[in-house]
Amino acid sequence: MNKYKLSGENVTKAFGRRLIFSNVNFSYGSSGIYGIAGFNGSGKSTLVKVILGLLSASSGKIKHLLDDKEIPSENLHDFVGFAAPYLILYDEFTASENLQHFAKIRGTELNREKTDYFLNEFLLYDRRNDYVKGYSSGMKQRLKYVFALMHSPKLVILDEPTSNLDNPGKEIAYKIIESESVTSTVILASNEENDLALCKSVIQIENFKTANQRVNTQKTGF
Amino acid sequence: MKAYWLFNKDLASELRTRYAINALVMFILVTISVILFSIGQEKITEYLAGGLLWVVIFFSAMSGLSRAFVSEEERGTVMTLQLIASPNTIFSGKLLFNMILVFAMNIVIAFLYTILFDAFLIKNWSLFLLSFLLGNIGIASSSTIIAAIISKAGSKGTLYPVLSFPVMLPLILILLELTKFSMDGMQITEAYVELTVLVCYNVIITTASFLLFDFIWKD
Repeated sequence: MNKYKLSGENVTKAFGRRLIFSNVNFSYGSSGIYGIAGFNGSGKSTLVKVILGLLSASSGKIKHLLDDKEIPSENLHDFVGFAAPYLILYDEFTASENLQHFAKIRGTELNREKTDYFLNEFLLYDRRNDYVKGYSSGMKQRLKYVFALMHSPKLVILDEPTSNLDNPGKEIAYKIIESESVTSTVILASNEENDLALCKSVIQIENFKTANQRVNTQKTGF
Repeated sequence: MKAYWLFNKDLASELRTRYAINALVMFILVTISVILFSIGQEKITEYLAGGLLWVVIFFSAMSGLSRAFVSEEERGTVMTLQLIASPNTIFSGKLLFNMILVFAMNIVIAFLYTILFDAFLIKNWSLFLLSFLLGNIGIASSSTIIAAIISKAGSKGTLYPVLSFPVMLPLILILLELTKFSMDGMQITEAYVELTVLVCYNVIITTASFLLFDFIWKD
């Protein structure tokens, strides 16, 4: 089995002169649940996007290693899974069509057994042929879990994992998170105590924020 | 192949939402009607008719081709796309989609133009069709990268024609010249320089687009 490792060295992000976080360091192995916590607007989602390669760090480096070889940034999307309330799936397609398009664009065939399992677990199987625009926000959040996990990613990042979910939905989410954490690295960005209780270790993002600190950026956003 | 599936997703989405097709069809019909009404019974020259063809094509491209990226940005699905495909796949898929849209749109415009304008008389169809083919590739390539740039901007509607004009001006000028040549009945060998410039434009704009897209797409 391929051994995945994620590390961040002195990761700093600033938008213009506004420092979001500075010198964040972490190193995670190929399994387990890790947390990122912080108050609203503290930069949890920004750190998550930097880890996913959706935003570039102002300085420092994020390394995704597979068997000690760095995964090229253009292939990173094949190894990560992500779900967040602000992630939007295609409303004009049904859940099944969405998953089918995602699998084909990734260059793989849809693993029906796996997606059906997740759709069943998240109580979406009977509604899989309905348009996503007709889904409630909770159903959309459940579908995002299927989107994040359908390709068996090495790294699963869940930003506000229980947002929009009802109590049974939260229980299902926790069960899936724990089962995925056996084979994948799972990162939860959340303020919920129950979410963070699952984590081995938690990064408190406000500990990496120094007010009025001058930022020496090696690289600025484009 | 991944780019083909992205194109396939965009085509399925377009057929369901009619995001670009409706705007394009309406634009083509309105523009050609306005030209017909404004000409009235006047007799226009062949060259003017040829020039007006590319004016219609240029502005139709303005109204429809930006949608490839703008629709993703407006619906908020950009992040989803970033999580399933590499920038190269995304650009190739969108380029393929715009290429098909440009060809379909321009074939309809050229057909309507040929039957509605008596002054539009092409003597060398092989030269015209070759210019038409190369021109469509150039329009699709330049429109796709400009669409990617403006999708990140605030005032998308106004920025698209403003940015497109300088990028597409050399292309339109050469196409006007080649249309004139094909109306004069010149041979392909006589238009060698203009055709070479057209090929070079396409190669440069497509290569530059692939190189720059990564920077536009991230952050």
